[in-house]
Amino acid sequence: MNLINTFFNVGVLLDSLPQLLWGLVVTLQIGLTSIVCGLAGGLFLAIARLYAPAFFQILLRIYVDIFRSIPLLVLLIIVYYALPFVGIRLSPFLSAVTALSLVSAAYTAEIFRAGIEAIPRGQFEASAALGLSNRHTMIDVILPQAIRIVIPPLTNNCINVLKDTALASVVAMPDLLKQATQAQALSANPTPLIGAAIIYIILLWPMVTVVAKLERHFSRGDR
Amino acid sequence: MAALISIRGLKKAFGSFTVLHGIDLDIAEGEVVCVIGPSGSGKSTLIRCINRLEAFDPESTITVGGIKVEQGAALAKVRAEVGMVFQSFNLFPHMTVLRNVMLAPMRVRGTTAAAAEIKARDLLARVGILEQAEKFPGQLSGGQQQRVAIARALAMEPKVLLFDEPTSSLDPEMVGEVLDVMRKLAGTGVTMLVVTHEMGFARQVADRVIFMDGGRILEAGTPAQIFDSPQEDRTRGFLRAVLNH
Repeated sequence: MNLINTFFNVGVLLDSLPQLLWGLVVTLQIGLTSIVCGLAGGLFLAIARLYAPAFFQILLRIYVDIFRSIPLLVLLIIVYYALPFVGIRLSPFLSAVTALSLVSAAYTAEIFRAGIEAIPRGQFEASAALGLSNRHTMIDVILPQAIRIVIPPLTNNCINVLKDTALASVVAMPDLLKQATQAQALSANPTPLIGAAIIYIILLWPMVTVVAKLERHFSRGDR
Repeated sequence: MAALISIRGLKKAFGSFTVLHGIDLDIAEGEVVCVIGPSGSGKSTLIRCINRLEAFDPESTITVGGIKVEQGAALAKVRAEVGMVFQSFNLFPHMTVLRNVMLAPMRVRGTTAAAAEIKARDLLARVGILEQAEKFPGQLSGGQQQRVAIARALAMEPKVLLFDEPTSSLDPEMVGEVLDVMRKLAGTGVTMLVVTHEMGFARQVADRVIFMDGGRILEAGTPAQIFDSPQEDRTRGFLRAVLNH
């Protein structure tokens, strides 16, 4: 009984719920903005790396390698606490979105590159032989096939981005985790933290199952 | 009459290995030319240079319909005029058969969807697979897929059709249906350059047969000249090997 009162205190949970839900909204704002920016950036990087002159390909590769190596928390702290020293002052929201997007774009670029490279050479050759431009080859032939391959890893990446939004609480962003820790301090009871954890799970569990559904959907008509 | 395809001093090397040692070849409009020869003789590389799927030595020149085949804006124009049928079909697996045939005319020629569809259905009827139009390539047999690939190439109304061993990856019982379509095509006056191991087809359909070996054209002539009285030892040896197996 004591344990339930400590970790699953209904009164504390109901009191803190509005605050937690506000945190969820902020978490979703950071997460979705970063996912969209990361996807767009990653697709651009992947295609640029395919067609850009050799020199830029090397630069892009260095970008991808750096942002896959740097811990997100380190990057976030640099963006928020170090950049102001060179006059770049970003809000907590922009700092979080910037750090998350930079890293997500690097991972997304690798996912897209692997997806595009998995398409047989014959598909590129058939497109070229028909006179299709690079743009139409990508849009009509390569990407629709690559999407099927990259949907599961991309969804996993989105799940990771949403989870990593919790790091934004270290730059004073009132996201779900931050709200939970504040509510916990206020009520001197850890139930809000448990509540936050449950909200994260409720949010992400369906996405994990959606991965499987999308895989099935996109494999239709292929073979 | 000026040649439709003109190849001068075509050289191609993969690293230090030279695949083509300076090929000269002219192909007239309406001509059907079959290229035969052992594996690794450079036959496929030769026709893949014509639409520059393979880059070649910058000193070599290839022109198609008077346009030089070189890297740049003109290349897409040349490719639109040169149809190609591959050994492994290379149909677009995520599109229906109909969309496969419609895509290039719409994207490259700016044809409307309605006009492209009429054209595509007409071509699919010509190659005998109109009833499969709504299926996906993966649902068709190899022979049917290759016939779709021929229809797809024809949809661009190319000046010339290149065939890169079109029956080599087919089950034996499907070779005939593809060769039949090609034979009919040859009868309609389409310019065709066919790399093939089908000697019967070459003898029956070709206006000219080219024997290649070691990256060179060793011998060229009418089917009767090449098959009945080859001049070169290598040609004789090759024909003896492929005809008596």
